[in-house]
Amino acid sequence: MESKVAYENGLNLKATELRLGLPGTDIESEEQALSSSRNNKRPFPDNSKECGLKGSSDDAQHSDHETAPPAKAQIVGWPPIRSYRKNNLQPKKGEAEASGIYVKVSMDGAPYLRKIDLRVYKGYPELLKALENMFKFTIGEYSEREGYKGSEFAPTYEDKDGDWMLVGDVPWDMFMSSCKRLRIMKGSEARGLGCGV
Amino acid sequence: MREERTEMSKDDDRSPPLDLRGADIAESSSKTRNCVTGSGHVTGMNPMEFQAPYPDQVLENVLENVLQFLTSRRDRNAASLVCKSWCRVEALTRSELFIGNCYSVSPKRATARFSRVRAVAIKGRPRFADFNLMPPEWGAHFKPWVAALGSAYPWLEKVYLKRMSVTDEDLKHLAEYFPYFKELVLVCCDGFGTRGLAVIAKKCRQLRVLDLIESEVADSDMDWIGEFPESGITCLESLIFDCVESPINFEALERLVVRSPSLKKLRLNRFVSIGQLYRLMVRAPQLTHLGTGSFSLAEGVAHGDQEPDYESAFAACKSLVCLSGFREIATDYLSAIYAVCANLTSLNLSYANINAEQLKTVIFHCHKLQTFWVLDTICDEGLQAAAATCKDLRELRVFPIDAREDSEGPVSEVGLQAISEGCRKLQSILYFCQHMTNAAVIAMSNNCPDLEVFRLCIMGRHRPDHLTGQPMDEGFGAIVKNCKKLTRLAVSGLLTDQAFSYIGRYGKLVRTLSVAFAGNSDRGLKYVLEGCPRLQKLEIRDSPFGDEALRSGLHHYYNMRFLWMSSCSLSPQGCREIARALPRLVVEVIKDEAEVNRGECEEHIDDAFDILYMYRSLEGPRDDAPHFVTILH
Repeated sequence: MESKVAYENGLNLKATELRLGLPGTDIESEEQALSSSRNNKRPFPDNSKECGLKGSSDDAQHSDHETAPPAKAQIVGWPPIRSYRKNNLQPKKGEAEASGIYVKVSMDGAPYLRKIDLRVYKGYPELLKALENMFKFTIGEYSEREGYKGSEFAPTYEDKDGDWMLVGDVPWDMFMSSCKRLRIMKGSEARGLGCGV
Repeated sequence: MREERTEMSKDDDRSPPLDLRGADIAESSSKTRNCVTGSGHVTGMNPMEFQAPYPDQVLENVLENVLQFLTSRRDRNAASLVCKSWCRVEALTRSELFIGNCYSVSPKRATARFSRVRAVAIKGRPRFADFNLMPPEWGAHFKPWVAALGSAYPWLEKVYLKRMSVTDEDLKHLAEYFPYFKELVLVCCDGFGTRGLAVIAKKCRQLRVLDLIESEVADSDMDWIGEFPESGITCLESLIFDCVESPINFEALERLVVRSPSLKKLRLNRFVSIGQLYRLMVRAPQLTHLGTGSFSLAEGVAHGDQEPDYESAFAACKSLVCLSGFREIATDYLSAIYAVCANLTSLNLSYANINAEQLKTVIFHCHKLQTFWVLDTICDEGLQAAAATCKDLRELRVFPIDAREDSEGPVSEVGLQAISEGCRKLQSILYFCQHMTNAAVIAMSNNCPDLEVFRLCIMGRHRPDHLTGQPMDEGFGAIVKNCKKLTRLAVSGLLTDQAFSYIGRYGKLVRTLSVAFAGNSDRGLKYVLEGCPRLQKLEIRDSPFGDEALRSGLHHYYNMRFLWMSSCSLSPQGCREIARALPRLVVEVIKDEAEVNRGECEEHIDDAFDILYMYRSLEGPRDDAPHFVTILH
């Protein structure tokens, strides 16, 4: 949804995230993160005046020529595809495809549960975006030390050992295999989880 | 039209059901006789007394008997304007009430005018709200309507809602207030969950249609399918729940299908596996519309040799004309549908990630296809195959597998050109792509003269014709010029004011126009507002149109259903001017709260807003506006 800033920061901090792999093994995604933060253009109402002018179109053309274009910052609601459709396009399934990893998601204060398939998401940014869409809220900026800042919500999950962890603390693959359920915590409980972990 | 007439006479005109009719006929007779004659004398008579009828009376009785056959609401609207007598009689004989904007008229006013309504359709939120451009909780609540309908039309049979917020409580009231309730259709709605569905299933004993289309249904962990009555034959004709994102009780569904011999339309959600689909199909070979659910094996089930004969199950459905679903398609099973392809008029593969080769095997058989929805994974090659076979195609929608600006574009002008050459009867197209040329769009304008709906979405913003580098003005210009029946248009790509000049000059029948990231100056919008007399719905985002342009539409806004402008160059003062000039227009300015919360607006001036949404209304400012909506005056 709209919290591109969160993603960009999330991607930038990935280099400093606690990982099991050796530092420097994920060079490609670091480069991508850097170039996508350069392209980050927030569509303020004021800027719309420039939309029709050549400057912007040049940008669009320029990005077409890049050989391996990094993901451009996505404009809210563009292209005009309903989020239901975006969230529900399943990857191709052949014969021996692994089945989905379905986990329940609850949000403090919301009366209903949701279920999502973790396999659909390629990483934390997509998962967080989907959660935002689903429950109509915003997640703050993630930092390794302080958890999610800037929002009263924090996404947490229960792992195989029954412990409640902050989403984003472990590498994505590890998260996918250990996550049993998700809970979007609200308020002080959320903040408490972020500190001192 | 003829079909509707026989249906009306079959249901015995416009009165409430038989057991209520006695009282009502007396009332209705006295209503028509309680007319104010030329002398201002009101005649209140006992309908049983014989009295020589006044000439006016005769006319009204005749009129009533004639007008009951008028079904088109546009015709009815016209008839109601002839004179007061016609207005009165038309109101008595209107059985289907359509409210295009739930805030344009209050439930009280609507039910006061039309006293014998059996079917209600209400639309709420503006379409751009679907794309997260507006905070949720904007409004469009069904609640005030359900209360008013409950008291005015106890015999109500059908409710159709689009983009409304409906709660479980509302659904409970629907089930309670209307003992003859037959059809519920919820399109793009939200606010309710499986708990509400359970009440409908349980209480609406005459339910024929329960259609949930692209709605958000919350999971209350409730077995709503199991709430349908367990015994006896049901009158269910249509059960559509492919958008429900929670598992269902399959055994209960199977039993329900067995007990529903009238079931013609069944669209399953993705929690129904192909094995389960088989079991349902063999019990319901009379189906005409089928949504296949996941179309893959259930979790934990291996691809084995004891698999059912899917092909014969499809072959047995001799009446099948509409096929959709394929939510998690295991492509190995695609061949099962070949047997029905020859009869299909509608095929929706827009959730199926299949390639050109896989599509070809299917589309090759689909000679009668009129409606085709598909993913761009089939590439231009797949579209060429469709163009070669589907000579009767009327509606095409090509959705992107990867809805981002910079993703790969598997379809392009090549596919569009092919379709235009192969499918000459095309009436409606929605096409997402990364690259397009004016030439292909011009070709379509020439090859497909029957086009009524042309929606082209070039996903990269401001992208010009990728071969010539020119703006896409000429392409869209050709569409409005050559497609004389065009009523709906959505534009994209690099567009100058010239494109809008064409639209204003030639788009005389255009009713709906969607604009994004287009135009150079106020002139663009002016061309449209001054040139398109039939314009009813205008939605614009991120385009450089300002107050002066807004002013140029003052003569027309009362004729429109709504105007949406977001992230344009409007000022609060400019919008206020409109509100003052047009008292019957509700002018809402909306702040996109999410932006405010993250502190990303540079200077947060109190007056600053993101969205202008205005619409005509008989009621003035609504009383349920949330805090991020300001209504100007």
